Amino acid sequence: MSKNGQIYRISGPVVTAIGLNAKMYDVVRVGDEGLMGEVIELHGEKAVIQVYEDTSGVRPGEPVTNTGQTLSVQLGPGLLTQIYDGIQRPLPILLEKMGTFITRGVDADGLDQEKKWTFEPTAKKGDKVEGGHVVGTVQETETIAHKIMIPPNTSGTIKSIKGGDFTVSETVCVLDDGTEIAMMQRWPVRAPRPFKQKYAPDTPLVTGMRILDFLFPLAKGGAAGIPGPFGSGKTVTQQSLAKFSDAQIVVYIGCGERGNEMTEVLDEFPELIDPNTGKPLMNRTVMIANTSNMPVAAREASVYTGITIAEYFRDMGYDVALMADSTSRWAEAMREISSRLEEMPGEEGYPAYLSSRLAEFYERAGRVETLEGEDGSVTVIGAVSPPGGDISEPVSQGTLRIVKVFWGLDAPLARQRHFPAINWLNSYSLYPQSLDQWFKDNIAADFPEVRTEISSLLQVEAELQEIVQLVGSDALPVDQQLTLEVARMIREYFLQQNAFHEIDAFTGVQQQYLMAKAILTFQSEAKNAIEAGGMLEDVVNVPARSNLMRSRFEDNYLDRIEGLVADMTKEIAAAAEEN
Amino acid sequence: MAGKEYRTITDVKGPLVFLNKTEPVAFGEIVELRLTDGSMKNGQVLDTSDDLVVVQVFEGTAGVDRTTGVKFLGDVFKLPVSNDLVGRILDGAGRPRDGGPEIIADGKADIIGAAINPYARQSPHDFIQTGISAIDCCTTLVRGQKLPIFSASGLPHNDIALQIARQAKLTASDEQFIVVFCAMGITAEEYNFFRSDLERTGALENAVLFVNLADDPAVERLITPRLALTAAEYLAFEHDYHVLVIYTDVTNYCDALRQIGAAREEVPGRRGYPGYMYTDLAMLYERAGLVKGKKGSITQFPILTMPGDDITHPIPDLSGYITEGQIVISRELHGSGIYPPINVLPSLSRLMGGTIGEKTTREDHKSVSDQMYAAYAQGRELRGLVAIVGEDALNERDKQLLSFSGLFEDKFLRQGRYEDRSIDETLDLCWELMSTIETKYLVRLDQQWIDKYHPDNKE
Repeated sequence: MSKNGQIYRISGPVVTAIGLNAKMYDVVRVGDEGLMGEVIELHGEKAVIQVYEDTSGVRPGEPVTNTGQTLSVQLGPGLLTQIYDGIQRPLPILLEKMGTFITRGVDADGLDQEKKWTFEPTAKKGDKVEGGHVVGTVQETETIAHKIMIPPNTSGTIKSIKGGDFTVSETVCVLDDGTEIAMMQRWPVRAPRPFKQKYAPDTPLVTGMRILDFLFPLAKGGAAGIPGPFGSGKTVTQQSLAKFSDAQIVVYIGCGERGNEMTEVLDEFPELIDPNTGKPLMNRTVMIANTSNMPVAAREASVYTGITIAEYFRDMGYDVALMADSTSRWAEAMREISSRLEEMPGEEGYPAYLSSRLAEFYERAGRVETLEGEDGSVTVIGAVSPPGGDISEPVSQGTLRIVKVFWGLDAPLARQRHFPAINWLNSYSLYPQSLDQWFKDNIAADFPEVRTEISSLLQVEAELQEIVQLVGSDALPVDQQLTLEVARMIREYFLQQNAFHEIDAFTGVQQQYLMAKAILTFQSEAKNAIEAGGMLEDVVNVPARSNLMRSRFEDNYLDRIEGLVADMTKEIAAAAEEN
Repeated sequence: MAGKEYRTITDVKGPLVFLNKTEPVAFGEIVELRLTDGSMKNGQVLDTSDDLVVVQVFEGTAGVDRTTGVKFLGDVFKLPVSNDLVGRILDGAGRPRDGGPEIIADGKADIIGAAINPYARQSPHDFIQTGISAIDCCTTLVRGQKLPIFSASGLPHNDIALQIARQAKLTASDEQFIVVFCAMGITAEEYNFFRSDLERTGALENAVLFVNLADDPAVERLITPRLALTAAEYLAFEHDYHVLVIYTDVTNYCDALRQIGAAREEVPGRRGYPGYMYTDLAMLYERAGLVKGKKGSITQFPILTMPGDDITHPIPDLSGYITEGQIVISRELHGSGIYPPINVLPSLSRLMGGTIGEKTTREDHKSVSDQMYAAYAQGRELRGLVAIVGEDALNERDKQLLSFSGLFEDKFLRQGRYEDRSIDETLDLCWELMSTIETKYLVRLDQQWIDKYHPDNKE
């Protein structure tokens, strides 16, 4: 048995080698072209390998070489603004080396090995350091300082450390036992990076989407699932989250999706301005694109590559948000590999370990105390594409068992052009209890009560709608007609949000609260006015109300909203007096 | 390399042939089988090892026995490509079907096709005018898009596809499309319909046809679209053509995929289709688009029939997750005698938003399309209510919307098979129809467009 073996069998992306001295998950080079693969099963002499590139034309008897390493990513300055394939090869480099089409057998470093970065030490000679401790920083983009950390499982006393311009592989720091620390470190993608402990989340990830922040908030360090049939706006929602959420770093994984969508993100993000920093969004973004027609094994790896990069930034003390679009395609990649391995299938042909893999992945989310004692988080938002929109299927169910936030996209809403098409009746968030303190401290003391009122109005509307379907709304008593009118206002003014409108796309939480309050004010004022003898028709149609609603598309709405509400109150009172 | 003939077949099962002990055979390699009666068949290696080779035979395994000779040709499946492809009709395996000479190749292209690097892609933004109002206004087709027709048996999807092939043009330039047509398991009658229409309009001279008919081997269907797309890529990216690829019927393709899966005793996914069907379809659909630095483009127009009119069936479902929208044909509209019976409500063009507007179509397009859609959706919904409570129970607004929904179908959707409406005509027609509703109910229209385009303000 040696480092080198030869191919015994080839079946699509699965290759069997003999005579290879391999451990599970070792990375190997397959065939004369040196295609990259990973050992996923051992049978006596035989090692089963999943290959990340197309295997057409490869023959039995060709050599297989073991690199002895597990599938790892390169971590260090140069990650931000980059776009990678599923195994961290930069797509611009692949374009340069292969041309328009992705061919095979080309190796590319995840980080630019030539580029020099300015390293500023923050530790000094004689400091005792352990894995995860920050020894210096690199200003990687305008907005993000990349902290250079001692790799996990390394410790000692600093013998020397120097500032200046270095490439990622050059030594910047030496420990007393002679260990040389460069800015780049490697980490195997399938192993979570270490931290001291996990905390309960207590801060919301502000997304600027009203229905999400207000009704179904997600915590920093939490996990959310977005299932939805095609055309319901999963990708638009994921992209909005990538654009506007107040995470410091965003990792966007396009897993088995459309090529043009990734191109769109690539075109758009450098132009877009991050509302939190005022700088281009690209500065805080790492993208991973393994489109649906790129090799399926690399698709399987892409989510691990993404989450490892996310954890690395978390370890610097950043709040990281990771979007995976779509986890169903990842699960399908698992299914495809599993069936090639002739494994006994679980539900719908998916491997029996599907739900544990999903759980392991989402469990890598969390708010942690880093090895250095800082606070960092990874928030995971996974899109799910259930066949036929039916969420009783294994991937949706496996996801829902783990995530605490469920944003259910809905085809009928999308068909009514109600966007975001998130169904407010079946979506849920289990975070409000742990986040309410934050909302009370930072927004308003009665925030939880306002939320409850709004969501119960929507519930009541759903019940009333059933009656309306049968008899028409005119048959309802006036107070119920008013409830319907208020609920319509919630839907059209508050829940509907135009992801492509410059101003409407992002609403701060303070403004969300004021908008919700405005709806409740309308409700109580209209009720009083009707009791005082006003006609429903006159009361609800006051011009100041539509002015209040329309103005949300204009600048400085936050400053103007209270005045607009006051105008509405006046007009409603006047409408009552006319009678 | 090619030369040795093996007679080591052990098993034959469905379209698959299993062989013992050969020279090292490449995965995906092309195979020639010589039957005892001297006739030839072709196949491709699906699984290869030192001991066993599995070959999928394109023409079916009828007549194959254990003495059949098997020759490995040392290469993966390639299509001979050349500019001469234009104007030719080939069979499902790429051989001339029109009685013409063999293609003299400029080169050979691997038919599996490599994925376009997303970083090399260029976002599609050019409006294609199809001359069909429902498509141009509501589900705008964009050059480089993949926009399938979701139809069902007995509906006129072929007429619509042909009308698009006839009328598709760019308004921004006078560049022309050439058509690559790929038939997968359709009947000879359907094929003749396509062919004679292309012939009559002269489009055939500028088209390449790949034809696998219903009585041709099902397995061959798996390579036919790949040949067609390889030809399309060659013409688009080597010869700067704008290619419109029409392929029909994706449902037959998927059934062939299922057939192979079953013969290989694979674990089936939903409704017996293989678990990798999404990836497999993606490898067809994703071969559309534009790339930086090349002039040509590939626009795909796949046709699929939804079994049992069911849009949640795995074939339309998986397609919808990959393609950039869909055009849904409605049996109900067809039943009421409307051509083209396009149901705009579930139809969608994902690339429309980034394309339409002042520079490509017209400044009011977005606003008009939103309003048309919303008013029609509401009108359609009211039909249900009217069935229960009667029309008299409706208020004025609802009455107008209800009557609009009828006009929408009768005047806007309905058009002749040879009627080619320009985008201006389509949008003006929209205004005319919308003017039957009082302006105060047209809440999705911008005031500035009402001032400019509403018939009341125009004269």
